[in-house]
Amino acid sequence: MDQVVLSSGDTAWMLASTALVLLMTPGLAFFYGGMVRTKSVLNMMMMSMITIGIVSILWVIYGFEIAFGYSSDSPWYGGIGRSGLGGAVNELTNNGGIYPIPLLVFAAFQLMFAIITPALISGAIADRAKFTSWAVFVTIWSTVVYFPVAHWVFAFGNKVGDTVTSVGYLAGKGVQDFAGGTAVHINAGAAGLALAIVLGKRVGWRKESMRPHSLPLVMLGSGLLWFGWFGFNAGSSLAANGIAGLALMNTQVATAGALMGWLLVERIRNGHATSLGASSGIVAGLVAITPACAFVAPWAAVVIGFFAGVLCALAVSLKYTFGFDDSLDVVGVHLVGGIWGSLAIGLFGTSAVNSIGLDGIFYGGGIALLGKQALGVGLVFAYSFVATLIIGYAIEKTIGFRVSSEVETEGIDLNEHAESAYELAGSSHGGKLL
Amino acid sequence: MKLITAIIKPTKLDEVKEALQAAGISGMTVSEASGFGRQRGRTEVYRGAEFTVDLIPKVRVEILIDDKDSQSTVDLIVKVASTGSIGDGKVWTTPVDQVVRVRTGESGPEAI
Repeated sequence: MDQVVLSSGDTAWMLASTALVLLMTPGLAFFYGGMVRTKSVLNMMMMSMITIGIVSILWVIYGFEIAFGYSSDSPWYGGIGRSGLGGAVNELTNNGGIYPIPLLVFAAFQLMFAIITPALISGAIADRAKFTSWAVFVTIWSTVVYFPVAHWVFAFGNKVGDTVTSVGYLAGKGVQDFAGGTAVHINAGAAGLALAIVLGKRVGWRKESMRPHSLPLVMLGSGLLWFGWFGFNAGSSLAANGIAGLALMNTQVATAGALMGWLLVERIRNGHATSLGASSGIVAGLVAITPACAFVAPWAAVVIGFFAGVLCALAVSLKYTFGFDDSLDVVGVHLVGGIWGSLAIGLFGTSAVNSIGLDGIFYGGGIALLGKQALGVGLVFAYSFVATLIIGYAIEKTIGFRVSSEVETEGIDLNEHAESAYELAGSSHGGKLL
Repeated sequence: MKLITAIIKPTKLDEVKEALQAAGISGMTVSEASGFGRQRGRTEVYRGAEFTVDLIPKVRVEILIDDKDSQSTVDLIVKVASTGSIGDGKVWTTPVDQVVRVRTGESGPEAI
């Protein structure tokens, strides 16, 4: 076997992708922040920001080992122990085969996924979570939910010669999830549903108008997410190659399809195409194409995206039917979009575009692939939902998860952060420096 | 002396201001306001959820004026601010006991 040497091209792309994916989390902070009221925008954005802080530190201590370590040889987790990244300088990535990129770059790239997944959950509990309790939740949830689930989906094992050890359960079953439809979006969506149930409805839900306070911020956020998502999806190729190009193209056209689908539903149902609808459609399309981006042809990506926009535009009303306050529609967008995109591989998947791909129903592959995809969807949903309910109730019963109704009514920004986002009229505040 | 208070459509502010300046008025105070009258609220839609917005943005114009100019000024505002459609607003006057110019201490009609 030829010696694998570092590829500067692949490495350069992965370095750039890592930075792109990091930008998604501040982008998400804007996306979510614009959707809440003026009195809670800082708290909303800070829930994303502190996730960057917490998860980055956990990753270096033990997170990478749980997700991608080999010491356990278990399909459920990589290993219990320190990440040991200090000894990995100049080591190449081995994830089901040796990639010509530094292990540290792979670890940094995967870290960004570990950051944005818990940050996504925060949209379900806008305006009402104690900040310290959120930090505790992120720590526990990352440790017992994200890191293991990332192993199930993204760990293709340590390949030495013909021996491969420590392959993740779903990866080993042949479940196809290129960039995280299950591990990231279904995982976050199911957790968001659980936390919305644990924390309960906001004061005044369905009585007061809880209009987004800044739609331009929402649009800025969705634009940054779209930009960063090219790193998320095309970077998941772990190389600067044709598969990355396919993933990038599919990411673009699926998102365009979803933008159009969501707006079409709004135009027909409500009479107007809204800016919030456009932004939401963008995110729905990005979510849906995430698992499928390297397994389908671009025409199929447009179809997957379009139906993601339509489905999610309809799904965001479910919370009113069932009566849970998933404030910013983590369920309606990430859970529904993630499920659709993951299952859509079973329909549109084709080995014609990717040698490691499999044929779905429309390419004569039968329902075998769809069955595998359903296994991935069901297992991640069930584990994340149940584990999050347990973690959420445990936090609620011990240190409390929800702020008092007085704090919530007055505004969580003032009470949890001692700040207000906007000084719109200087004279109305008064005050002096202490 | 009187205080004229006019609640008008925000889009009519510039026309009203220019007409009053042309008529020789010495000053005005403008603030943003919101409220409802006979005009119905609007409906806004966010992710399929419809909200009724029943407090509609308006502009409040306040003018201090000598008694003799009061009626003509009110008439001018009504004429310029009118679009003929519902929601054009209202104009009213209230008597004012005292007005003092802060810089000079002048009081009464000279201070207007």
